[in-house]
Parts: sequence; C-alpha cells; structure tokens
Amino acid sequence: MIEFKNIVKKFGDKLVLNDVSHKMETGKTNLIIGTSGSGKTVLQKCLVGLFEPDEGEIIYDGTSFTQMSEEDRKLLRQQIGMLFQGSALFDSMSVEDNVKFPLDMFTKLKQQEKLKRVNEVLERVNLVGSNKKFPAELSGGMKKRVGIARAIVLNPKFLFCDEPNSGLDPQTSMLIDKLISDITRDYKMTTIINTHDMNSVMEIGDNILYLKDGKKEWTGNSKDIIFSENKNLNQFIFASEFLQDAKLHRMMEAKRI
Amino acid sequence: MNFFTHIGRYLLMLKGMFSKPENPKLYWKEFMHQCSEIGVGSLGIVIIISFFMGAVSAVQAAYQIVNPLISKTVIPQIVRDTVILEFAPTLICIVLAGVIGSKIASELGNMRVSEQIDALEIMGINPKTYLVMPKIAAAIIMIPMLVILSMVLGIVGGRITVVASGIVSAETYDRGLIELFLPYNVFFAMMKAYTFAFIISSVPAYFGYYVNGGSLEIGRSSTKSVVVSCILILVADYILAALLL
Repeated sequence: MIEFKNIVKKFGDKLVLNDVSHKMETGKTNLIIGTSGSGKTVLQKCLVGLFEPDEGEIIYDGTSFTQMSEEDRKLLRQQIGMLFQGSALFDSMSVEDNVKFPLDMFTKLKQQEKLKRVNEVLERVNLVGSNKKFPAELSGGMKKRVGIARAIVLNPKFLFCDEPNSGLDPQTSMLIDKLISDITRDYKMTTIINTHDMNSVMEIGDNILYLKDGKKEWTGNSKDIIFSENKNLNQFIFASEFLQDAKLHRMMEAKRI
Repeated sequence: MNFFTHIGRYLLMLKGMFSKPENPKLYWKEFMHQCSEIGVGSLGIVIIISFFMGAVSAVQAAYQIVNPLISKTVIPQIVRDTVILEFAPTLICIVLAGVIGSKIASELGNMRVSEQIDALEIMGINPKTYLVMPKIAAAIIMIPMLVILSMVLGIVGGRITVVASGIVSAETYDRGLIELFLPYNVFFAMMKAYTFAFIISSVPAYFGYYVNGGSLEIGRSSTKSVVVSCILILVADYILAALLL
C-alpha cells in the first residue's frame, strides 16, 4: 500500500499540488484522474521520487519514502515498475534487450533463465515472437505492452502507469486496461494509473482520486462515480451528451440490479 | 538561469557520476560501446582533416620561405611543430566538439525528452553513472589517441605533398623532422588533448542531460553545447599555453 499525506508541490510561485492525501490500495487499480494540468503527473512523479514534494509524506508499506536515504530509495525502486506515457523504451535495444535490461542490471540469473523470464512476460502481454524487433518497428499499443513487460519483469510490488491509453485506439486502449487490471490482480500489485480516459475510469477504477487544480476533489470507485453529485466531477467525466446518456443507462442498470 | 547556476549544476552532475555500479559488466559494455562510437566513429573525419592540414601547412611554409639562405629543412620543422603544438590537438578537438559533442548532447537530450532517463532512475539506476560517466571516460581515452594519429597523419600529409611536388626531397624532409625536435611539445599536446577531451564530452553531456522541452530544445542545446565547448577549448588552449610553455 502507498499512502501520501498532505503533499504540497510548487514550481516557483505556481502551486501545483495543494495538500493532497490519499491511500493507494494493494491488489487494486488505483486511478488518479483530472483535467490536463490538474497535477496528476506531478503527483505520480512525487510518488516515485522524480520530484521532491515541498511538504507532506509518502509512505510505502509503512516505510517513509520521503525520509529514506538515496541508497534505500534505490533498493525500493527495484520494487517499482513504471509504464511511461511514451513507453520510454531504449531505442538502441531490441524488445528482448529492453525487457531483459532490469534482469541484467539487478539479478545474477544465467542468460537462459533471463531469456525464459523475458519470454514469460512477453507471453503475458501477448507479444510472443517480437523479441528481435526494435521500438521503431512497433505500433503504439505494442510499445505500451513492451513497456508493461519491462515494468513487471522483476515482479515489482508497485506499478505506476502514466496515461497508458494516450494515443491508442479504443480497442487497443481497452486491451491495455484489461492487461493492467489482470496483472494487478494476478501479481497482487499496488497499481497507480494516471488517466483521463473515461473508459478506463468506468472499467478498471477500483479506487479513484479526482484532482482539480491540484486539490483532492473526490474519491471513490467506478460505481460511486455514477451516483456522484459532485458537480466538477460530473462535468469532467460526463462531458459529452453521449457520456451523459451512458451514465443514465448505467444508473438504471444499477438500480435494476 | 544564470551562469553560476549552470556551473553549480554542471559540477553536481560530475559529482553525481561517481556511484557504485549495479552491474559492472553492463557499465563496461557501455564504456566499450562509447569507445567505439567516439573513437572509431570519428576516425574518418580525423584522417581526412589531418592529412590535408599537414599538406596545406607544408605548401604554405614552402611558399613563405623564399630566401635561399634558409635551409629547406625548416619546412618539415614548421609542419611538425605547428601540427604537434596546435593543429592536431586544438583544430582536431574543435572539429570533434562538433562531431562528438552534438552527438552526445542530442543522444542524452532525446533520452531525457522521451523519458528514458526517468525510466533508468525509476529502475534504481543512477543515469549519470550509466550514461554520462562512460562517455567522458571513453572520450578521455580515445580523443588523445585520435590526436596522436592526427599528428602522424599531418606530418605524413606534409611529406607526401612537398615530396610529390618536388619542393623538398624525402631525405631533406625526414632530416628536418628530426632536427631541433623537442619531445616536451608532444607532452604539451597530450595535456591539451586530455583537457579538451574532458570539455568535449562533459559540456555536451551537461547540456543534453538537462534538456527541458521538446525536439526543438534538443537541437538548441546541441548547438549551444558545441558553441560553449569550442569557446572553452580556446580558453583552455590559451591557459595551458601560458602555463606550460
């Protein structure tokens, strides 16, 4: 579990995160949602230590990340996997080498064992036979899946995903969501996803934190969202007429059940 | 950002490079890769420039020595000393600042913009140690070697030109090369080569590592890194000459 308390982050005079507190639960897909510029990415970067919060505390499984030494942070980071918005694959390496990189760096496994593990995770993300391809030869969805494979190859306890659906068609987007959700449950990880994809919110949102202008505005799950009366949240989630209809449909369905 | 902030961040980057490698084998592999990129990758341009640099300086020295009382052995001496003292270390390093410097800055800049550096950091790897250190170490090893090669090729280029055009005989040229030769000049040239190698690799690494923005910024920082490296090479050239000669 990851807990953060009273996180404040400023860039110059601009207050980006204003006293944000929340708990990210283990074995669940925890979503951070909000409009562009609401502070989602900054919050996620604070959680993984790419930014230092100005105030507040971040706690990983009961241990304060904020007060950890750099060496301890390095050790903890070996338990963190991250899928970046642009996948962040190493251009000069093949798919196999990209996924194998954390194993080469941190394990003493034999080459054959490493390849076995690489093939296992590539199979898990439905990328069998793509080992020798280079990132430039892959589609956006395939790059994301390689990114997920690399993020989970060391069996991390925490998985961070920054906009995993950006730039993907709806079908691929749903596949990625399902993959992340399944991996979270199978490996009992604490997964934190930054998104403004409404499909993700409704399908895989076990624990949702809605940020508005850097402040915590609402928390709940995908079922709670349907019945939420938070005006800002409703404006954000059900922005179009089509989505408002979908909300009504879901509400009726939920009442019928 | 002011001048002192840049200096401070540059020094912090250099300090941050020194950490225990997670897996020394991978760091060695990266170092060897950089040696190949910096050394072998710049070989072609160094060979061409050095040869013609020697050839032109030999022809120009011969053109200026019109007095029959001056021995023809002065021509190879001028070629030798200008090539060893200035052309090979300084001119070649300024060219390498463009070739290697822009490559280092754009490579690291691209890695920063596409979040590859962040990915390394989140994996628990020190990106400065893994990405910057091998580049600086490889440059410090390979660039002095390229400078030595440039010295040899410059002198050979001068010899081929003046002998082929009948200005000086091969024997006179070879005799002139040995006459009044100061081995200290080679030491001085090597001091310059090591200093410039550090500048050529560390300054572009700094500009690339701290790129902020998109592809336009990568281009800008790459250009800036070459300009700053060239200026620093010229300043260091003057300081070393004033101190060591």
